[in-house]
Amino acid sequence: MSGAPISRPKLLALQVLVAAAIIGIWHIGSTVPIFGVHFLPKFFFSTPGDVAARVVKLFATGTIWKHLWITLSETILAFVIGSVGGVLFGFWFARRPLVAAVFDPYVKMANALPRVVLAPIFMLWLGLGIWSKVALGVTLVFFIVFFNVYQGVKEVSPVVLANARMLGMNERRLFRHVYWPSALSWMFSSLHTSVGFALVGAVVGEYLGSAAGLGYLIHEAEGVFDVTGVFAGMVILAAFVLLVDAAVTRIERRLLVWRPEAGGRG
Amino acid sequence: MTVTPPAVALDGISIAYGDFVAVAPTMLHVAEGEFVAIVGPTGCGKSTLLNAAAGLLAPAAGTVTIRGRRLAGLNGEAGYLFQQDALMPWKTALDNVAIGLEVADVPRAEALARARDWLARVGLAAFADRYPHQLSGGQRKRVGLAQVLIRNPKILLMDEPFGPLDAQTRLIMGGLLLDLWAAERKAVLFVTHDLEEAIALADRVVIMSSGPSATIIGDHAIDLPRPRDAMDVRLDARFHELHHEIWGQLRGEVLKAYGSAA
Ligand SMILES: Nc1ncnc2c1ncn2[C@@H]1O[C@H](COP(=O)(O)OP(=O)(O)OP(=O)(O)O)[C@@H](O)[C@H]1O
Ligand SMILES: [Mg+2]
Repeated sequence: MSGAPISRPKLLALQVLVAAAIIGIWHIGSTVPIFGVHFLPKFFFSTPGDVAARVVKLFATGTIWKHLWITLSETILAFVIGSVGGVLFGFWFARRPLVAAVFDPYVKMANALPRVVLAPIFMLWLGLGIWSKVALGVTLVFFIVFFNVYQGVKEVSPVVLANARMLGMNERRLFRHVYWPSALSWMFSSLHTSVGFALVGAVVGEYLGSAAGLGYLIHEAEGVFDVTGVFAGMVILAAFVLLVDAAVTRIERRLLVWRPEAGGRG
Repeated sequence: MTVTPPAVALDGISIAYGDFVAVAPTMLHVAEGEFVAIVGPTGCGKSTLLNAAAGLLAPAAGTVTIRGRRLAGLNGEAGYLFQQDALMPWKTALDNVAIGLEVADVPRAEALARARDWLARVGLAAFADRYPHQLSGGQRKRVGLAQVLIRNPKILLMDEPFGPLDAQTRLIMGGLLLDLWAAERKAVLFVTHDLEEAIALADRVVIMSSGPSATIIGDHAIDLPRPRDAMDVRLDARFHELHHEIWGQLRGEVLKAYGSAA
């Protein structure tokens, strides 16, 4: 399937073309009547022009910043707390086979649970502020990081480990020079997934009940059938995701230089 | 007069993986400062024997004694160059070499300076900042060699250290090893597939029988004069005699190993 590598400008041009085509169809369907009907009625689909105007207005009036900031802080908190927990428990389970064996069915059970059902409980416990959203994100991030760190510690090459021990490393040094880098590499290879889930937790939590954030913005627009508002929220959310993802990619490049090919597992 | 105990004494050790007896009761002594090469057909148990000497594998029977002390746990006096890739993939070549010193609490700046020196000695000065996956198999082996030698262990366990190297580099590395050994008089247990290399380097060449239940079936003293040049010694008439004599025994085992596998 793979032919000659595509040059960057060409790729970019093609990507822009796809966006232009979609927006073009959307624009024509919603504003130009064909045989007297709009294929994409304004009421259900809004129009690209209206959505763009709304996005500009949200930024111009400055209302969006507060919501972006709330969503961003929830995402970061969920990611950090979930990662720290996942790393600690991942190490603990990997180094203590008894603990891992005893808790195995419970971990599987907890991970199988659809996290959305927890959202109302977290709101009950933690209120409608940011912490109920952070908690939701944490339950998503924790398991991804936990499983990856567990795997990373377990999958250290036995030869590398034996060599490190022959070089005179004690447990503390093995941790620092062998287990930790290996676990980190697994964790970072799932960085995109876990950051993505932190964001999902935040937005879904906001959607289900809150007074601020991008999820709230979309939910509020939906409540009054303001399709333009919904689409504007989605556009901003998508742009936000792209920015966060680009930041993650940069961090990943820095941290995983030693890997033959960064990314892939997760 | 006190008799110095051997650097490595494997006495009647047998090693099993589950029900599979890889090494049947075997005795092998390596004196202080002695260079012993092990040759034998593939899969006979050479790596297994080295692992026992390193303390990574506990023998099912028999004892391992290191410089007069019964070995329990890891052999802290030995440096072990593994047959497989054993470098830490997340460290550069330089850091991989320096780590052996850092573990011994040498300050980092000094460890790095000495690691650079060692990389230069194995011909990799220009590759200090490469990660293992950016090095060739032979380059990785040489980084591994520097990683082991920088710690200056009293006992060297080497499992086909020059395996993936070309003939030329093999000779250079063999020469490096001989110089080092002559200067420091380490006890060396050296596994190789290359009988010529074994004869050129070692004081004694030991032959293992084909597995399972492999054991040592031949022990040939190499009476070539020292100091030797790893290259020139191969032109010596005595070298050819020894080669002829040892190969006669080894060939039978290699054919046996091959036959039992077919
Ligand atoms: N972890 C293991 N579990 C079971 N069997 C093993 C294990 N390691 C080695 N063996 C077996 O023990 C025997 C000796 O293996 P070993 O690696 O010591 O051979 P070797 O002489 O080093 O071979 P080579 O020259 O190919 O490296 C082989 O038959 C091998 O299949
Ligand atoms: Mg081997």
